[in-house]
Amino acid sequence: MTIGLVTAVVKPHVLGDVKQALKDMGVTGITVTEVKGFGRQGGHTETYRGAEYAIDFVPKVKIEVVVPLDQSTVVVDTIAGAARTGKIGDGKIWVTTVDRVVRVRTGEQGAEAV
Amino acid sequence: MKLITAVVKPFRLDEVKDALKSAGVAGITVTEVQGFGRQAGHTEVYRGTEYQVDFVPKARIELVVDDDDVANLVSVITEAAKTGKIGDGKIWVTSVDSLLRIRTGEQGPDAV
Amino acid sequence: MEGNTAWVLVSAALVLFMTPGLALFYGGMDRSRNVLNMLLMNFWCLLIIPVLWVAFGYSLAQAPFENSLIGGFDNAFLKDMTITGEDGGFGLLVVAFLGMFAVITPALISGAVADRMKFSAWAIFAPVWMLLVFVPVFKWVYGGWLYERGSLDFAGGTAIHVNAGIAALACVYVLGKRKGWPKEGQPPHNMPMVMLGTGILWLGWFGFNAGSALAANGTAIQAFMNTFLAAAAAGLAWAVVERIRDGHFTNLGAASGIVAGLVAITPGAGFVAGMSPIWIGLIAGVICCYAVGLKSKIGYDDALDVVGVHFVGGLVGSLLIGFFSDPDFFGTDVMAGIFYGGGAKLLVEQAIANGATIVYSFAVTFALMLILKATIGVRVDEEVEVGGLDQALHAETAYNN
Repeated sequence: MTIGLVTAVVKPHVLGDVKQALKDMGVTGITVTEVKGFGRQGGHTETYRGAEYAIDFVPKVKIEVVVPLDQSTVVVDTIAGAARTGKIGDGKIWVTTVDRVVRVRTGEQGAEAV
Repeated sequence: MKLITAVVKPFRLDEVKDALKSAGVAGITVTEVQGFGRQAGHTEVYRGTEYQVDFVPKARIELVVDDDDVANLVSVITEAAKTGKIGDGKIWVTSVDSLLRIRTGEQGPDAV
Repeated sequence: MEGNTAWVLVSAALVLFMTPGLALFYGGMDRSRNVLNMLLMNFWCLLIIPVLWVAFGYSLAQAPFENSLIGGFDNAFLKDMTITGEDGGFGLLVVAFLGMFAVITPALISGAVADRMKFSAWAIFAPVWMLLVFVPVFKWVYGGWLYERGSLDFAGGTAIHVNAGIAALACVYVLGKRKGWPKEGQPPHNMPMVMLGTGILWLGWFGFNAGSALAANGTAIQAFMNTFLAAAAAGLAWAVVERIRDGHFTNLGAASGIVAGLVAITPGAGFVAGMSPIWIGLIAGVICCYAVGLKSKIGYDDALDVVGVHFVGGLVGSLLIGFFSDPDFFGTDVMAGIFYGGGAKLLVEQAIANGATIVYSFAVTFALMLILKATIGVRVDEEVEVGGLDQALHAETAYNN
């Protein structure tokens, strides 16, 4: 069975909703990283002692889920549904193919390790 | 070329790094991440209010390697990261289409 | 004379330091995207209140002493406050000392409105509340009708903590709940900051309570001792209750207990002695530990528990004077508490004083908030609330790297 890696970059405040949605659909594990990004959303300006600083990077969270590739579509839809606010900067989701997966504790490989 | 990504328990990071060094790996990238998996999170209580913390801290290790080294290095990481307890983490391997060393401009396997 | 001046000078500086301490205490408990807004709500009081205090505040809150409801303009703009007269400037020093109290009282309310109040609304609310609510209640308690009836409030249990605490409740009823509360909570973002703020508050409180003797004398010594013991006892009580009820000793429990104990001993600091501060601290620690849970049962979103700690702690401490007041120890002729042969009369007066404060403060604060809501608005847009107040309202963020 082919394994896929779903990577989503979304707004930080939707993380709780995304996590719950994935849990509800039976996903047993995800990895989350605080990242910064710039995209169409643009950044903002901060002012310190009158000096303006352009903050191009806005905080985002990156969510990674390893799943059987045939489930990746529904995972993507679930994340998109939970992360969508309709405002610019909602983020992006992509899927890559994974050659190999190992569960560290047991040494299980492939679909069993997902 | 392959990208090996390992999400492991943070306190095993030094062992994994030392094992990879011994195996001849010249460089890795480490990120502090959070994850939830079969290892449950925990509860924190502030002024009597419970907060369910589902995410537990993990370390993500990334390294780009030659195809031939993948099997060996995955087992090196597995051995070094293994505690036998739930939550030891996961390793996955993806294909890398192109690679470039910024300083020298070397490309492909030379840049590994 | 010089000794008194020296001690009250130091005390005034200690009380000033409490507002930054309170800012850190609240700021650490707040979420990371709103911490700067919380700090500035507190520091705003340090900017605006001193100016208003010397202009009208002090005079309306104190002079002339004979007035029962509100002072006048005898000392407005520091009129007749000299350093060459008989008092050697002590009167001017008292203006400064009490000014520190006027700063921190509205600042206490900021913890309740955290995460969602417009800063422009707070910028108007804090000084107007100081003049409309703090000043008259302060007058009633210190020289006015409540004082004349014989109720006791050594350093501001009723005038400051009950007053600000019930005002906080009025504010959150007008302001409404934070998005997601109580379903989604947010744990404190920086507990070390909370503990540092707690330490600064405890240090400053020695000036608050022992300085309120307005002299370097025995009453100041006992008030100092009470401040020491009640905070420890209340911190102990809260921490132990959490250990039994929830399973762990916690930093926030210890810190909250210390502050609850400091609040509770404030009204009685110069009226109780011996082991009484320990009893008052233990009782307040246990009651406040349970009182902070009321908000989710009743449904008012008092974000950082201003009601549970300051209102309840102040009320408990104030009523307990009715039991523990020991005028013989201090050599004064105030009313004695039930345990010291005074009967229930003092307890009744304490209840009247707090009842009057609660009714007045809640009503005027509620009206003030409604007026602000109808005019400039009191609540930030949902987008700002979700994205964080620091960046949206102040163009700053706390944790750049």
